[in-house]
Amino acid sequence: MTVRVDGASATIAARRDAGSGALVGYLPVGFPDLATSIDAAVALVENGVDILELGLPYSDPVMDGIVIQQATQTALAAGFRVRDVFSAVEGIRSRVDAPVLVMTYWNPVLQYGVDRFADDLRSAGGSGLITPDITPDSAADWIATSDRTGLDRVFLAAPSSTDARLADTVAASRGFVYAVSTMGITGTRQDVDAAARGLVGRLKAAGAENACVGIGISTADHVREVLEYADGAIVGTAIVKSLADGGVTALARFAAELSDGLH
Amino acid sequence: MTNLRDNVGPFFGQYGGRFMPESLIAAIDELAAAYEETKTDPAFQAELAELHRSYTGRPSIITEVPRFAKHAGGARIILKREDLNHTGSHKINNVLGQALLTRKIGKTRVIAETGAGQHGVATATAAALFGMECTIFMGEVDTQRQALNVARMRLLGAEVVSVTTGSRTLKDAINEAYREWVTSVETTNYIFGTAAGPHPFPAMVRDFQKIIGEEARQQVLDLTGRLPDAVAACVGGGSNAIGIFHAFLDDPSVRLYGYEAAGDGIDTDRHAASIERGRPGILHGARSYLLQDDDGQTIESHSISAGLDYPGVGPEHAWLNDIGRATYLPATDTEAMEALRLLSRTEGIIPAIESAHALAGALKLGKELGPDSIILVNLSGRGDKDVATAGAWFDLFDEGARQE
Repeated sequence: MTVRVDGASATIAARRDAGSGALVGYLPVGFPDLATSIDAAVALVENGVDILELGLPYSDPVMDGIVIQQATQTALAAGFRVRDVFSAVEGIRSRVDAPVLVMTYWNPVLQYGVDRFADDLRSAGGSGLITPDITPDSAADWIATSDRTGLDRVFLAAPSSTDARLADTVAASRGFVYAVSTMGITGTRQDVDAAARGLVGRLKAAGAENACVGIGISTADHVREVLEYADGAIVGTAIVKSLADGGVTALARFAAELSDGLH
Repeated sequence: MTNLRDNVGPFFGQYGGRFMPESLIAAIDELAAAYEETKTDPAFQAELAELHRSYTGRPSIITEVPRFAKHAGGARIILKREDLNHTGSHKINNVLGQALLTRKIGKTRVIAETGAGQHGVATATAAALFGMECTIFMGEVDTQRQALNVARMRLLGAEVVSVTTGSRTLKDAINEAYREWVTSVETTNYIFGTAAGPHPFPAMVRDFQKIIGEEARQQVLDLTGRLPDAVAACVGGGSNAIGIFHAFLDDPSVRLYGYEAAGDGIDTDRHAASIERGRPGILHGARSYLLQDDDGQTIESHSISAGLDYPGVGPEHAWLNDIGRATYLPATDTEAMEALRLLSRTEGIIPAIESAHALAGALKLGKELGPDSIILVNLSGRGDKDVATAGAWFDLFDEGARQE
């Protein structure tokens, strides 16, 4: 029970010290099936992704655009169970050394049991949770459990967040703060919203050690642009699309393209 | 708490709360603050009261239905006629309040989810009245079974988006409305249709709907000289039910009954009985009873009535259930359709299929409570939108004459 699992902040610090920033890659567990999703996650790390964000498929993903919705619906239709996330984390961690965070809507964790979920995630070698549909003021149980287990807890910050809420979010987060680049849901976009730079600046002013930017980041140029001012760049939809369109081979090629020149 | 009526949220016992993405918190906080201000703003209250009077047609009347009541053990049955409101249901009460609030916070566009289409029609109506842009999200399954309401919304100038993700019904329409709201929150207000969702919606929608019970309580007193023995309403998300229950919460002699859509039966896997067959969980921003599997994945609900076809329920109902103040019982598709036909034939009133669930409940309740009892039923909507469904159910169309 005392497996030492590093959080995301050590990896981010190392990347920052190296004069760059962290590349965070998102994939849903169980898409297109459990084994392939593990292979795909391993391929991301082998091709330059520093931190993995594993999405837990959920029936009502209100922050996700159509590409991720379709992938997670496919996983659910194929029989994904919440417990599969732990075997996925374990399988990935036995093959590559990168922090694995689970991105999950809150009800599946609540129904599994917050403490039990945290313990099983930690045993599997996971680093923590990213929770898109709860905020620190509605997360007392998760804050207590993550304090007990030492897991990272990544909350989201939005361009519309007030300064007071940003301060609360920074204080409550561990690992990094997920800076939502734009007022919108996951999906590829032409450009990264200028709001992202402003939000990262406000998070830093509020004392954030690490702020990673996500939503709409879909090209190597976007990654480089974001890493000029942020500690990490999170790519989701574009990675899922590469996997959906061309399998693990295409995904590996795309990840290499995203990380080209970062290391 | 001394009075049950005084609960203003965000929590109703262990239920309710505000479990939402950070991107929407600023908008929800803005709405909550504006709503708090309106509670003590006489100009706002006066404007809403005038709209109720000269636009909606309030107060809605009550109608005693003795020929229908003969089938209910002879109990006296009194209907609160929300079906006579402009736009055909109780939904307009809430929408006018939230439309005024939209104008107050300076937003020019409204979005809404809709199941049966009644809330969508009411929202499109208010948008037309206030000169606002309007987009309505409706599950693809519902756009088909309530095609008339889709046309009605478009006629009123609203854009109707057919939602093709998930179960393609009300819950998915809400998901899609949230996604749109995140994207357009600077100019757009979300007019939520039922007493569920994140705080302040459950309390705010209830407050805009409680006029139903406040009027009816006095009307029944005036007609019969006493309070009713029971109040019955259908429960999907629960806005018409909480609207008529609220005035009676602190009248201990008045029993409150909510009828959930039991579809094929609550012991089948095709129903929408969240309180009777669900367990607490979080969906759409609040903790409440929820139809879900062992993993917390939402289970698709089933009901002949699009307006009750929702796997969750408002948090105040979950609380009233747990403290024993209200009782939640099932009414199947068949029972509701039989009640719909019975009211049509005995009283010349065609109810909405949603409201027919409450009528089905009242038929049983009357037999239990006996001939001296008085039962107040919320007739929350009219059945015009349901004629195609009823025609198919009862085989009322001439061969070859069915309209598509």
